[in-house]
Amino acid sequence: MGPGFDFDVIERSLPYLFKEGMVFTVTLTLIAMAGGIVFGTLLAMMRLSSFRPLSLLAGGYVNLMRSLPLVLVIFWFFFLVPYIYGALKGDGKPIPIGPWYSAVITFIMFEAAYYCEIMRAGIQSIPRGQIWAGYALGLNYWQTMGRIVLPQAFRNMLPVLLTQTIILFQDTSLVYVISATDFLGAAAKIANRDYRLVEMYTFAAVIYFVISFGLSYMVKQLQERIAVIR
Amino acid sequence: MNYNWSWGIYLQPEPGGTGTYLQYLVVGLGWTLATALAAWVIALAIGAVVGTLRTTPFPWIVRLGNAYVEIFRNVPLIVQMFLWFFVMPELVPKALGDWIKQMPPPWGSYVPAVLCLGLFTSVRIAEQVRAGINSLPRGQRMAGTALGLTLGQTYRFVILPMAFRIVLPPLTSESMNIIKNSSVALTIGLLELTGRARAMQEFSFKVFEAFAAATVIYLITNLIVVLLMRALENKVRVPGFIAAPSSGGH
Repeated sequence: MGPGFDFDVIERSLPYLFKEGMVFTVTLTLIAMAGGIVFGTLLAMMRLSSFRPLSLLAGGYVNLMRSLPLVLVIFWFFFLVPYIYGALKGDGKPIPIGPWYSAVITFIMFEAAYYCEIMRAGIQSIPRGQIWAGYALGLNYWQTMGRIVLPQAFRNMLPVLLTQTIILFQDTSLVYVISATDFLGAAAKIANRDYRLVEMYTFAAVIYFVISFGLSYMVKQLQERIAVIR
Repeated sequence: MNYNWSWGIYLQPEPGGTGTYLQYLVVGLGWTLATALAAWVIALAIGAVVGTLRTTPFPWIVRLGNAYVEIFRNVPLIVQMFLWFFVMPELVPKALGDWIKQMPPPWGSYVPAVLCLGLFTSVRIAEQVRAGINSLPRGQRMAGTALGLTLGQTYRFVILPMAFRIVLPPLTSESMNIIKNSSVALTIGLLELTGRARAMQEFSFKVFEAFAAATVIYLITNLIVVLLMRALENKVRVPGFIAAPSSGGH
């Protein structure tokens, strides 16, 4: 990194990088995390269901998602969702929905498969006696799940769920392939406009590193605290 | 859905003139596997060394190993691809940088992609190897010392032969990950399977046929990898030892 390294281009583009790019990245991460955990928990409950077709359906979906590269899944949804939306909306012509909504839907659906596996392990970590106790007390399935099993499963799996979210945060950078302006997309646009690829990509790498490393350090702290409480 | 399916597209010639679309995609699978396999060799070699070093009793070596792992784990793969492809040739001596930039396609993308994917995966393997070594009973290391073996001999004859057999099952998911992750190389212009499916979609406007073919090819490849690794696992399994749990991620 010799004297040619131009810090000025980074400084000039800071507002664009963070106000446009990082806001996109963080919003996408949070929405995908929330949606992914909700759908993932439902998928996990389906997978553990004693009703075979339901568990086969959920298992098939999860295994399909986990077998495909995220880039391919991003392309699938980017082209598929406009057709589905068009079919729902009226005459069946595809309606373009833009990279933002496409990314949101993709990441919720894709991450749900990964959160599902975590929640399944969490649910299975609860002793079965507690579920029987719930039924013995006269609670139905949803009450047993909602009041006894899931709260404990969430707490046991919290560090793993958060670690998966850090991976999700890094994976959102792949929306580059549908030309979305996330943090990396914003950096790439400046890099190509000003021909400052070395500066912008190095800066992007540093920022991603600082955030991911900081978050995983916090998860580690949390893990120790939870372990003490338990 | 108003979509004109035409499954015959696979047998039509692709505009590059190399054959049918089906052949075009299968060659893409070849590049995917060539990238994944070459990266796998780098990842196994570095991962095994770094993972082992992180269990040694030398604090500075452990710290160095930890730093290596944290750096490659906390930067997204696509950003690492860009660093290898766009940034690295500018930072090395000019003659070498020019030589890298003038590599004919597809090697100009293939070499950075393999290096990137290899190092990216090496830290995951290092984690598995470290976990495998730490899952061994402490008595084994002590027994090595008690028998008068040096540290190097303890690793060579006692710890590593056990550890490598224990880490094999979690490596199944890593070998599937490396195939999936090789698709990120399309961002630096490597026409592997996903990249070719996308190119096919652009040439022919047959969106879903293109991606459906890629999906099926990935599923079949995954199935073969799982079966191969399962056969290998059965062969090397240590009786009485349960595999270390694999960590998450994709």
